[in-house]
Amino acid sequence: MRHLLSTKDLSYAQAISILDTAQEMAKVSEGPVKKLPTLRGRTIVNLFFEDSTRTRISFEAAAKRLSADVINFSAKGSSASKGESLKDTAQTLQAMGADAVILRHSASGAAQRLANSHWTSGSVINAGDGTHEHPTQALLDAFTIRKHLRSGVGDLRGLTIAIVGDILHSRVARSNVHLLSKLGAQVILVAPPTLLPLGANTWPVQISYDFDPILPLVDAVMMLRVQQERMNDFFFPTIREYSHYFGLNSDRLKLMKPSAIIMHPGPMNRGLEITAECADSARSVILEQVTNGVSVRMAVLYLLLAGTPNEDEGLRA
Amino acid sequence: MRDYLLDGGTLADGKSAQILISDGFISEIDAVVMSAAANNAQKIDVKGCIVLPGFVDLHTHLREPGREDSETVESGSRAAAKGGYTAVSAMANTFPVADTAGVVEQVYALGQATGLCDVFPIGAVTQGLAGAALAELGAMADSKARVRVFSDDGNCVFDPIVMRRALEYVKKFNGVVAQHAQDPRLTKDAQMNEGLISSQLGFKGWPSVAEESIIARDVLLADHVQSRIHICHVTTSGGVDIIRWAKARGIQVTAEVTPHHLLLTDELASSFDPIYKVNPPLRTQKDVMALREGLADGTIDIVATDHAPHPAEDKECEWQAAAFGMLGLETAFSIVQATMIATEMMSWNDLADRMSTRPAKIAGYSEHGQMLKVGSRAHLAIVNPEKTWRVDRDLMASRSRNTPYHGMEFPGSVVSTFFRGVPTVLDSKLVGSSYGS
Repeated sequence: MRHLLSTKDLSYAQAISILDTAQEMAKVSEGPVKKLPTLRGRTIVNLFFEDSTRTRISFEAAAKRLSADVINFSAKGSSASKGESLKDTAQTLQAMGADAVILRHSASGAAQRLANSHWTSGSVINAGDGTHEHPTQALLDAFTIRKHLRSGVGDLRGLTIAIVGDILHSRVARSNVHLLSKLGAQVILVAPPTLLPLGANTWPVQISYDFDPILPLVDAVMMLRVQQERMNDFFFPTIREYSHYFGLNSDRLKLMKPSAIIMHPGPMNRGLEITAECADSARSVILEQVTNGVSVRMAVLYLLLAGTPNEDEGLRA
Repeated sequence: MRDYLLDGGTLADGKSAQILISDGFISEIDAVVMSAAANNAQKIDVKGCIVLPGFVDLHTHLREPGREDSETVESGSRAAAKGGYTAVSAMANTFPVADTAGVVEQVYALGQATGLCDVFPIGAVTQGLAGAALAELGAMADSKARVRVFSDDGNCVFDPIVMRRALEYVKKFNGVVAQHAQDPRLTKDAQMNEGLISSQLGFKGWPSVAEESIIARDVLLADHVQSRIHICHVTTSGGVDIIRWAKARGIQVTAEVTPHHLLLTDELASSFDPIYKVNPPLRTQKDVMALREGLADGTIDIVATDHAPHPAEDKECEWQAAAFGMLGLETAFSIVQATMIATEMMSWNDLADRMSTRPAKIAGYSEHGQMLKVGSRAHLAIVNPEKTWRVDRDLMASRSRNTPYHGMEFPGSVVSTFFRGVPTVLDSKLVGSSYGS
């Protein structure tokens, strides 16, 4: 594997390999010395065209725990506006000798565009591209689910996972649909019809416009952030109505299996898609997702950069 | 002026014929031209070729004035000649916009000075393409450019009252409004066809209904005010159905399809390569097939290129930042042959009709699109249906390189083009407007 651009193009074996490697990486993070020498001398660039403190510092922590040198490059705007173009930025980083570029961009496909161009020879890791994909988020979600509900081994067969909210604009949802279903889980998308993409019924998922009947079935519920601006585009009438039908609250919590876990990719709108009570409950694994994010990103960096790249074996995305 | 004898070719109906061109006109056309004038004419061997009336494009972006970095009237005329075109229609979305007699006269004059094909300016419907106030349509019609086709292409004339007035007003000089059918509210920030692919790629979708609802509205408006309406670049099967219905009702609607919408589909967007980013967007295979059927049965009247040159930097970027549009003039014929003739959906007569006769008729280019007969202006496209070629973006006559067909092989080539009886292209190579004079 040279790049990690999407979960759609990830094979089952590649996904399992990343999760298993992340398991090993987690042990490092738990030990007294949270550092491996594996990527010493390698340069990794966090190239963020979009604000995202969480994802950026998670990648930064992961790279540093593998002893890589990390450069943070915040390039606001894109070539559409007055900012520097993706091409020029990438070529500049290439000229500085970047071994890998971690790219966050508001344009769908930006990471794939960069990987397929001749603008950089390094590995490209998609840290979120528009409303397309956010593969490391899905991998850390799968890792967290596996850890809690499958004792950290194998895949997710037999589990039912609901993804709730703004599926239409969510790269996290897209990456999770591909990955979780690939790992054998049954995915249920819960959203008002306005926030489901056209043709979502052809995806390997079930769809429900009602949250309540789904709750007793699920082993994990993944709440997506809902943006207040969506109201202005008529996706739902009011924030209150959205919250009423699709928010996770204590009443809904009671409908869930005792073993079921609550997830959220963050940042949360407390009181909107999730109440504080749910976010802070014993069933919530939201902070653990953050911890696991570092392990999963360490695994991805390790698999992409450690050793000699070989097109014929290992991961390829 | 030199005379030419085209020897060994066939006409669109399959008949073999020699064609004698004298003083810019077809002076004889027969199995064997007998007149003495033939002896002095330069003989041009067109064995294996089909001699067609020169192609007429109703939808061409030549970018001059304002964006001469991507195309000029001169470079666009060269591309047109290479594609077998003897007349093109320069769209109004230039800088400044072609919304006054001054700008359309300038573009027309540049075309005449280049002399490789006729360049007929299209006038803007509204001032500055803003959709709010009518441009001086009468002044453009009365100008030296004699504008008869008006379009805000790139923008839809969305306000129904503006559209109604435009449709009514152009009746004064038998003009036609060419509508870019795109509801702007349904396509805000849209990047590609809304469907399974856009959902998966996370692109804001461009629903078919955004095009179809405007087509439906405008054919009804045209019916109501008894005027002509031309629909630019139809892309959806639903749009074809609406136009078919309107024609059956006797509404004076004509429509065009681009070569790329006859061939390419939205699946290409999965590459995230914005070479495939175009307005209106590439649709599905079902739409492609409906467009082909519509063109074959005459529901869609013509092929128009929507030739849209862009400099490299406007495509060498992420999809969302890239410009809409692709080159078309130099590949149009080959794509129509590949999609319509090779599939036996159309005859060569049909191709001549859709690429020359009907577009000339819609726009009132009376000298173009004529049947090949004695006395016709010698505007000719000579094609070899057996001569395959591979598209190389670096060999384009256009100033831009944004062709989605780079590396693709097509059956059939334009071998020669005659404009006013003078070859502009021979052996698939540009020979310039002064050849033989």
